[in-house]
Parts: sequence; structure tokens; C-alpha cells
Amino acid sequence: MRFRSAPAVTAIAAIALTATACGGGGADEGGETAAESTLVIWSDPERADAIKAAAAEFAEANGIKVDVQGLAFGDIQGDLLNAHQAGNAPDVFIGAHDWTGNLVRNGAVQPVELPQDRAAGLSETSLQALDYDGQLFGVPYSQENIFLMRNADLAPEAPETFEEMVEVGTELKESGETSEVLSMAVGQEGDPYRMNALFTSAGGYLFGQDEEGNWDPADLGVGSDESIAAMEKVAEYGEDGEGVLRRSITTDNDASLFYEGEAPFFVAGPWNIADADESGVDYEISPIPGFEGEEPASPYIGYQAFFVTEGSANSALAQEFVTNYVTDTDFVLDLYEADPRMPVQTEALDEVSADDPNIAAIAEAGAEGMPMPSIPEMGETWEPLGVAQAAIIGGADVREAMESAHDTIAEQIGQ
Amino acid sequence: MVASKRDDGAGASGPGAPARPHLPGGRFAGNGSLVGQFAKIALLGLFTALGVWAVLPLYVGDNWWGIGLVVAVVGLVYWVYLSKRAVPAKYLLPGVLFLVAFQILPVLYTMSTSVTNLSDGHRGDKQQAIASIEAYSVTSSEDAEEYTLTVATTGAPENGALVFLLTDAEGRTYAGTEEGLSELDGATVEPSGKVTEAFGYTILSPTQVNARSGELQEFAVPTGEGTGIRSSGLSTAFEGRATRVYDEACDCVTDTRTGVVYHADDERGAFYSEDGDRLAQGWQVGVGFDNFARFLFDPTFASSFFTILVWNIAFAVSVTFLVFVLGLAIALVLHVPGLRGKVAYRVLVVLPYAMSSLAMFLLWRDMFNTDFGLFNRILGLEVDWLGDPWSARAAVILANVWLGYPYMFLVATGALQAIPRELGQAAQIDGASAWQSFRHVTLPLLMVAMTPILIATFAFNFNNFNAVWLITQGGPFSPESPTAGATDLLITYTYRLAFNEATAQYGYAAALSVMIFLIVSVMSVVSLRRSSALKEVD
Repeated sequence: MRFRSAPAVTAIAAIALTATACGGGGADEGGETAAESTLVIWSDPERADAIKAAAAEFAEANGIKVDVQGLAFGDIQGDLLNAHQAGNAPDVFIGAHDWTGNLVRNGAVQPVELPQDRAAGLSETSLQALDYDGQLFGVPYSQENIFLMRNADLAPEAPETFEEMVEVGTELKESGETSEVLSMAVGQEGDPYRMNALFTSAGGYLFGQDEEGNWDPADLGVGSDESIAAMEKVAEYGEDGEGVLRRSITTDNDASLFYEGEAPFFVAGPWNIADADESGVDYEISPIPGFEGEEPASPYIGYQAFFVTEGSANSALAQEFVTNYVTDTDFVLDLYEADPRMPVQTEALDEVSADDPNIAAIAEAGAEGMPMPSIPEMGETWEPLGVAQAAIIGGADVREAMESAHDTIAEQIGQ
Repeated sequence: MVASKRDDGAGASGPGAPARPHLPGGRFAGNGSLVGQFAKIALLGLFTALGVWAVLPLYVGDNWWGIGLVVAVVGLVYWVYLSKRAVPAKYLLPGVLFLVAFQILPVLYTMSTSVTNLSDGHRGDKQQAIASIEAYSVTSSEDAEEYTLTVATTGAPENGALVFLLTDAEGRTYAGTEEGLSELDGATVEPSGKVTEAFGYTILSPTQVNARSGELQEFAVPTGEGTGIRSSGLSTAFEGRATRVYDEACDCVTDTRTGVVYHADDERGAFYSEDGDRLAQGWQVGVGFDNFARFLFDPTFASSFFTILVWNIAFAVSVTFLVFVLGLAIALVLHVPGLRGKVAYRVLVVLPYAMSSLAMFLLWRDMFNTDFGLFNRILGLEVDWLGDPWSARAAVILANVWLGYPYMFLVATGALQAIPRELGQAAQIDGASAWQSFRHVTLPLLMVAMTPILIATFAFNFNNFNAVWLITQGGPFSPESPTAGATDLLITYTYRLAFNEATAQYGYAAALSVMIFLIVSVMSVVSLRRSSALKEVD
């Protein structure tokens, strides 16, 4: 160790230094780019390239780099919260408006102030949806809502009421042309997202709203008489009733039933359009019909928005990006090219609707819609409400199921 | 260093030290080849580099504990590989390091999480919560002035005092500093309202502004009691007011609009008002064994927990038992000497094992569909397989047995072939029936090889997440307990708590994970003990 080991120690030191120097080179590069600033954006892979291309101009104008990283959309919220906690979150990310409450309660996003002229170009409801406690937390760019897709060969006319649709569908089923009246996903766990259209049409409600339109978690309506009456109406079409709504239809088979011509009507979303075009079915899009003589059916509207992460090292540029670029018509149209979602920027929407009749039809179907509540309490309702709805469709006692769902939710949200 | 090894050994043992005994490892232990020496030097060099690479970010983050740990590990590696005394450690160290890094640390981390309230709304520390509460309460009134912003400085672009050059709707210009707002004359203003030149100020480029994002977020030009002009992006500024203010003296947050005072509750990790309303942003605090108490003693949670635990054990036991019986039975049938087409049969039997289990579970799920599933169509039934608790449980077990038995068959076949046929023949000569010779000769010998595998199968199925999640997602759920499904295993239940759409409850889920860990460990230890007892009897 004393004498002969000297060269060996020297060699180890030399290799260590060389290797560190290589690593150091990388770190230096990192340092340079930090000086040059890299704006990191998280997006789902479908839109990543479009955002990258659209952001290139922004990058050039401001002398920065933009790095767009693709994550599965459903993972973004959870991953972002964990990354934020660990201090390596992106500067900007794409998300759904109903995440807002949870993002805010975890202190993970920055409020955004939109200049009045920019705000004026966006649909008012979209801004309301991203408003939380009087603050805007993200910049909306697209919206989506479910609608009724019908097989125009089997059912040429758009039904005005749910009853009319059931009548047409039942005739087709009895004549053996189809095997189902309607393909609407329920599943064993229920699907409160889709069911909301019928639920609201029959007068049910989830949370009350104050005068300013803020959701009020203290006014939980799941176990209310109105909601129970609404589900009783829905139960008439359940497995023990007309058999139109069934738990065996899930999000895994609902689309194929329609594409194969087994169901003339399909409660679909914008994500089904591409496959529907491919399936060769001659389809038409119309609003989901409400019950006769009741409220119009009100599907949930989901907005997709760009958020700025709290604590972002590039928050000045990130804010600049979301306020002045995301609201820009050209940027929205570029994104539309890559991923055809209905824009909330009114100018872009007009342009797009003129070209694509589907977009106009989806917009019409969403006219009676309501933004999905964005309060964190909303997250606690999905599971219990879904289970109750599935049980009711399976023939369970309506009052019992809704009241126990109400109790579970109330306990979870601390009331 | 090994290169220096002579009789005086590697350490600092002085002249006259007794000759060292021969080390285990024979000729490989001491005088390695030249190539070996170089490989060792290179690997140690690389390892040192790895250590330096790990230390740098820790140093930047002022994490002295982390640096100490890295130094200690590097030192340990050096000591083990340079010392001649630690030959066994040379073989053990890499495995031990990986064991610590990937097994023990996660378990310890889960344990430490299980005694906190880590969940949505309680992720960060108190300072962060206060910062968010204050930042989120800044609101601009409807008629507040909106300015076009140009960020400038009176000093160097990197660190000079920030100044907001503001242009209002009428085109008047102002300079805003931390002291307040003053009129600005003689500035050159673009039509957009951006200031391009102003005497005495250096205009910052977008990149320069961005580099000071942190300061910018804190920066506000005071304009009155509690109001200030804050930036939004690079080119707009608004007058706003923070409506919620933290006061250290009372450790409370006051809402200046409503006058409600929220006091910090360090036991629950949030600010609560007198009426029990809380501010959404909380912080992480230790809650002791509350999470454990919740599922062990709280009536609602305990009933879910124990129902799931009973089903979980029943599931693991029945799946293990059934795959063992089925696998062994088929192995015995195909073990008959002189059977024709043995290879073909074996391939057929092993097929389920060769397919992707993920795809198979989804296929099984579809086969159980009430209206469109294969079972009901073929059998002409209308059973709601996955909608009824007992049929769903049967379905999950059935699918899992189908996927699991080929493995048992393979192992049993191997074990059977290792048992000499003479033993069975001898038993038959002694007058034993076929059953007796199987029961008393073959089976005990078989169990020696099979017991550890049965224990492993049990432990695996105890936490068989895929089998349940892909077929039923834990369902069916009853409206009375919509969070605990009839086929839920502890692991799927835990997963739903930690990662579902509702509030993520990491602390509570970690407590459940610790519980699962304890249950599986105890069961494994007990059965391994019992199996070694079995061996001694043999």
C-alpha cells in the first residue's frame, strides 16, 4: 500500500478525474442551457409535436429553448404533483380544468392574469371553468363534451327526446336489425361522467352553486329528493325496466357495438370520431336528448388548459407563453391540425367549424352542457356515485343506493 | 493496494508482523493478473466519478447528510476492495448495496410515510402552504388598472434593482420600484406600449427577465394599503391586493375581505377558522399511528379492511391450493411411462403460461361479460358474473388458476423425475396400493421440493394485483361500501387509495402497505419454519 500502490492510486485518481470531467462537461452544457433557459412543457404525446412546432416561434422570439415532453394525459396530474414536491416539475403543462381544485390545494400552479383583450377572445364559460376562488389558474384552449352519435342508415332523424330515441331503437331491435337500443357505457362501476346528461335532464344535481357560479361543496345534492327522483326516471330504462341501459356495456365495448351496427345510437365523445370515420358507418352527431317535458340533457364539458407550475424557474417566460401565445389564433389552429379538438378561442372555433361539420355539431351538442365542477371534492364523488348508479341500473332500490352514496361522499369530504 | 502485496501484507502492519495465513480464493485472492488490476483500477475510478457526480447536486442543494452518505459509501467500497482483510465482503458488497438501495430503503421510506398525513393538500411544508395561501389570494378588482410592462433595472442586468416601466391605457408612463410609483418622462414608447428606451434605466431582454423569475414573482410596486402592481408574464402588469395575510405573532392567516381568522393547527397540518372551515393548502405533519388506528379500529374502515383481509387470504390460499392440485394431477398423469404424445400434451398444457398474462386477464374479463361474454353465450346463461360478489370471486379464482397451473405442472414434473421410480415399485411389491404409494412415498419426497415454491406462490398471489385489477378492478362494489369491492385485495384497495381520481392518501396507503408487508413476512417466515421442520422429519 505504501510504495507500489502509488501508481495505482494515481491511476484511479486520473480515471476519476477524467470521468468527472466528462460528466462535468455534461453539467456545463446543462449550465449553459440554463443560462439560455429551457422552457419545459409537459403534454400528452398526441399534441407534443404540435406544441413543439408552435412553440418554436416563441422560442426564437425570446431566445430560449423549448423542450416538450410527452406523458400519458391521465398521468400528468399525479406525476406533476410528485415532481413539484421533488422540485423538478416542468414550467408549463397541459391539463384538464377539473384538476384545478386539486392543483390549487397542493400549491402546484401559479395564478394567471389574462390581459382583457386576450380574455375577450376566449369563451366565457371556459374562463369560468378555470377560475377557482376568483382567480384564473390556467389558460383554456380546447373543450370536449359527449354527444349522441347515430347510425344515419338506421335512424335518419335526430331524436328530440330520450323517449323518442328509445322508441326508434326498440323498433330496430325488435325487427332484428340491431341487438341494442342504445350503446351507453355503464359498466359495473357506473359512469357518472356520461350519466350526468340524463341525471341533469331528470332534475338531479351533484353540488349547488352560489350566485357567482362557484360550486358549493356544502350543498351536496346526491341524496336529495330531486336526485333520487331523477335516478328513478333513469331506472325505468335500466335492466329491470326497458333494458336500454345495461352494465354489460362498458367503455371497452360501447364503440364496437356501434361500429358493427349492433346499436343505432351511441353516447360518444370526440375521441371516438377518428375510429368512427374508419369504421365506415354513416354517422351523424346530435345533442344527447333529454327526457320529454323535463330539463334539457346537460353533458359535462371538460376544458383543456395550459398551466404554469408554481416555483418554475422560468415563470416569466412561462406566463408570457400561456397568456400571449396559447390565446393566439394561429397557435390554436396549429394545435387543431395535430389534434382536432374543439377550440375555445372564438375566432379559431369559427374558422374550424366552417371547415369541419363535426366540430359545429359537437359544439351544438355541448350548448346545454355544464363545466365539470373543478372543486377537489368532485374527485370524491365519482366512485360512490358511479357504484350507486350502476346498482340502480341493475335494479337496486334507488333511494337506498343514492342515500348511501350521499353518506359516503359526505364523510369523505368531511361534512 | 493489491499491487504492493508482499509478505508484509496490505495494511500498515509494520516489519516483523507475522506472515498472513492463506486467504480463501486460492490463486485468485492475492496476486491478480495485470488485466485484473487494470479492470479494478478502472472500476474504482469510475465509481469515484459516480460518487463525485452524485455529490455535486447534493452540494448545490446544501444536503450535507447526503454528501456524508455518498462519501461513506465510496469510502466503504475503497476499503473493501483495497483491503486484503475483507475478501468475503468483496463478493457480498455489491449485492448488499443493491439490497439496501432497492429493498430496505423503500421499505423504510414507506414506513416513515405511514406515520404522516401525506396526501393531497398536505404535500409540502408549512412555509410553502403559507406562501401559496398568500399568493393565491392576490386578486385584482374589476376596474383595476392594467399596464403594459417593460422590466428594467438601474444596475447590472443580472442583479441590479428591478424597476417596472409601466404604460397605462392612455399612454402615460411610470416607473415602479419597491418604494412606489413615480411618473416617467422622456421614455421612448412603442405603439404596443412597450418602453424601448428610458434614461437611467437598462431595459432587460426577455431572457434576462426570465433569469430573474424568482425575484419577479416576489416583486410588487406598492400603490397603497395592501395593494401592489405585479407582473404577469413579460409584458403585462396588474394592480392587485393580497386578501389573505399570514401573521407570525398569532400563527394565523387573516382574510381581510371577510375578517375571518384561520389559526394554524400543527396536529392536523392546516389553518382552521373558529367554525371549523379550513384553508385548502395544508402541510405535512406526523400523525403517529393514526393511520394504522384508522383501519384497525375505526368501524367503517376496519370493517372494509378485515373483510378484504379475509378474502385476500382465502384468495391466495385457494389459488395456491388449486394450482398445486391441478398442476400435480396433470404432472402425474403425464408421468405415466409409455404414454404416447407426451411432448405434445406437455406443450398444450404449458400454453397458458406462455401467453402474456395481462392480455389473458383482459380476455377473461370479456368472456365474463353478461350480454356479450363467451360463457353466457355458450352456456345460454344470464349470470351477471362480475356483478355478483360470489360469482366475481369465483371468476377471479378461475382465471387465475388457469394462468397459474402450468407453472406448478412444470415444477412438479421436474420434481417427479428426480424421484426414482424404484421407490414406488418397491412400495407396490410391499403390497401398497397406488394411492398408498403416492400418499406415503411420492408425495413426501415431492413436498421437499415443492414447499418453498408453494410459499412463493402464496406470497405472490397474496399481492396479485393484475389478476384482480384487470378483471374486476376490485368490484363489484356495493352502494353501502363503495370504496371496498368484493374482490379487492389489500394491494388493489391500497392502490385505489393512493392513486385514484379522488384525494391521493399516501400516508394512509403507506400504512396499509406496511401492514401487507408484515402479514406476508410473518406468513412466509412461519411457513418456512414449518417446512424446515418437515425436512428434518424426513
